[in-house]
Amino acid sequence: MELFWLAISTIAIGVFGCVAWFWGSNMVLDTIYPPKGPNAGDNIRKANQIRPWLFLGPAILFLTMYLVYPVIDSLWRSLHNSTGSRFVGVDNYTWLLGDGKFRESMRNNMLWLLVVPALSTLFGLIAAQLTDRIRWGNIGKSLIFMPMAISFVGAGVIWKFIYEFRAEGETQIGLLNWIVTRLGGDPQIWLTLIPWNNFFLMIVLVWIQTGFAMVILSAALRGIPEETIEAAILDGASPLQVFMKIKVPQIMGTIAVVWTTITIVVLKVFDIVFVMTNGQWGTQVLANLMYDWMFRGSPDYGRGSAIAIVLMILVTPIMVWNIRNARKEVR
Amino acid sequence: MDGMAGQKSTLVWVVNICAFLLVLLWTIPTLGLFVSSFRDRDQIANSGWWQSFSAAEQTGFVRTGTDDDAVQDGGLYVIEGNVTEGDQTLVAWGTGARDPARFQPGDTTEIEDGWQLTVDADGSYRLTSPEPFEMRRGERIFTTTEVPPKFTTGNYQRVLTAEGLGRAFMNTLTVTIPATVIPILIAAFAAYALAWMEFPGRAILTAAVVGLLVVPLQVSLIPLLRLHNEIGIGKGYLGIWLAHTGFGLPLAVYLLRNYMVGLPREVIESARVDGATEFQIFRRIILPLSFPALASFAIFQFLWVWNDLLVATVFLGNTREQLVMTGVLRELMGSKGGEWEILATSAFISIAVPLIVFFAMQKYLVRGLLAGSVKGG
Repeated sequence: MELFWLAISTIAIGVFGCVAWFWGSNMVLDTIYPPKGPNAGDNIRKANQIRPWLFLGPAILFLTMYLVYPVIDSLWRSLHNSTGSRFVGVDNYTWLLGDGKFRESMRNNMLWLLVVPALSTLFGLIAAQLTDRIRWGNIGKSLIFMPMAISFVGAGVIWKFIYEFRAEGETQIGLLNWIVTRLGGDPQIWLTLIPWNNFFLMIVLVWIQTGFAMVILSAALRGIPEETIEAAILDGASPLQVFMKIKVPQIMGTIAVVWTTITIVVLKVFDIVFVMTNGQWGTQVLANLMYDWMFRGSPDYGRGSAIAIVLMILVTPIMVWNIRNARKEVR
Repeated sequence: MDGMAGQKSTLVWVVNICAFLLVLLWTIPTLGLFVSSFRDRDQIANSGWWQSFSAAEQTGFVRTGTDDDAVQDGGLYVIEGNVTEGDQTLVAWGTGARDPARFQPGDTTEIEDGWQLTVDADGSYRLTSPEPFEMRRGERIFTTTEVPPKFTTGNYQRVLTAEGLGRAFMNTLTVTIPATVIPILIAAFAAYALAWMEFPGRAILTAAVVGLLVVPLQVSLIPLLRLHNEIGIGKGYLGIWLAHTGFGLPLAVYLLRNYMVGLPREVIESARVDGATEFQIFRRIILPLSFPALASFAIFQFLWVWNDLLVATVFLGNTREQLVMTGVLRELMGSKGGEWEILATSAFISIAVPLIVFFAMQKYLVRGLLAGSVKGG
């Protein structure tokens, strides 16, 4: 109950604070430069130069403090020793290059980067195409989209019920092992099966992201001008040809957006690995490795930050691409 | 023409079946969790959830009584008892591990010189011998039993009261609501400025917001935790609210700006001509018109904060009182891997709220996704 009031009062204070700031600062501005009287025109011009910054102020403050400053601070820390007391140059980075776990993480992250966006987009495309053509398509879409709302941890629990292993001869309570034994195979401990366990973790993320890809791609497919499709059909193209040669090329831009968005998610993947294998059995990824260095045992902020910076460097190309696209659109 | 129509209906069927299979594949994992969360503790560990609607078969063995339990009956020495318990019914039985289901209920077999064993359908057994028994440990009887399907809401009661998930639920709610409401306000003003005010640096700021969208928040953890400690916020709700506000802002500003740019210029211009102040325009015109975008961001942020584990682990403490639901789940997966009913039920409670929000507000979620991605390309 105490908690409840704390939350309510925070919302109240937060909302009230924001409103007070925006309203109050605007009023002060209008008092200093009143938009009437002898200098009205001049005043309005001056006020309009200041006002945007009043509107933007809190957002800029938050963005700087919570996103820009940390990147700079991490960069600084990555060049220092474990506690940040001594400058060590690029030692942390050279150490990373030689570290077995880091190489494993890089290799796994690259695997994730190849597999997850590709499969999610592919399944998303198939799902979009299929559900757009049937009567119960909207229900189908909802159900495929549903995993989006489920936390990575929740998904971990859900998939634990699929990958669970029981010794041979016992009743398998994991769906996958049950099917395998039914087909005459031996039950496997999927999550310790190097190197395939990586793929079993990836499937969880594909399961979550496919819905996202489907929603976006389905909208893009519906946006394709009818004439191009009709023309192709009149020319005798089969449904598969229409799909592959007419529809897909026209939504290439959207596919790229979906692909990059999922790529970003994949680069940051943490929770799934954290709760399902915790990076054991050759499944380590960068985000979890960084967590290990920062919060387990005796923390090493230098090395942890170096890994964070590597992550940052990996997302930079996509960041640049996104900014260029956004600017093109503004123009 | 007939041939073509036939072909077409075949195609429709194929599409329907493929779609059905795909949807099934995507739904089954969640369905499994849902069914499991209502299952009885023993059944969940002994059979798959897909078998839970039919009677579950269990195998095992029991030992008969020993010579102490024997009674004399006529000329025979007899040991009696029952191999089943609860609502189990006996399907088959045996005396050796090699063939544990060799006999039907009601059969009689001779174990060794003169010892006769009968097991009836109700599970009662009768072991007889003409000579007094001499055995320290009872004979093993292997059983195959059936248990009728059993569903219970007991798991939910137990989890919400005894396992402390109720507390975690409240914690999650406490984290989520302010962390959803506050960024919306801040972002709405900023987005308006970026969309409709003329000032130098606007293009760069917009580009910066797009850039910040992809910054991995892992980069921020250590610097921010230190910053919070230095300015005296420390670990706690205030810290996590601020952190989520910061992390959610780029998406909020970006989505809202994209939406507001598309609002009709004439409405805003004419309001300006009529002498409305920017603040009035924002409050009376922009804010109501932007409701769909506000709603879609609210859903994003709600889902993201509710489902988050990393930020909560770092910015809140890890004691039992402070854990959010994802944290509790993570602990359960680590320590109570064997207590399936607790795990399944806790997981389902934690995903129930996002699922409700998802199904109720799907329209806005989709709209937001489209505004955020398709336009961005």
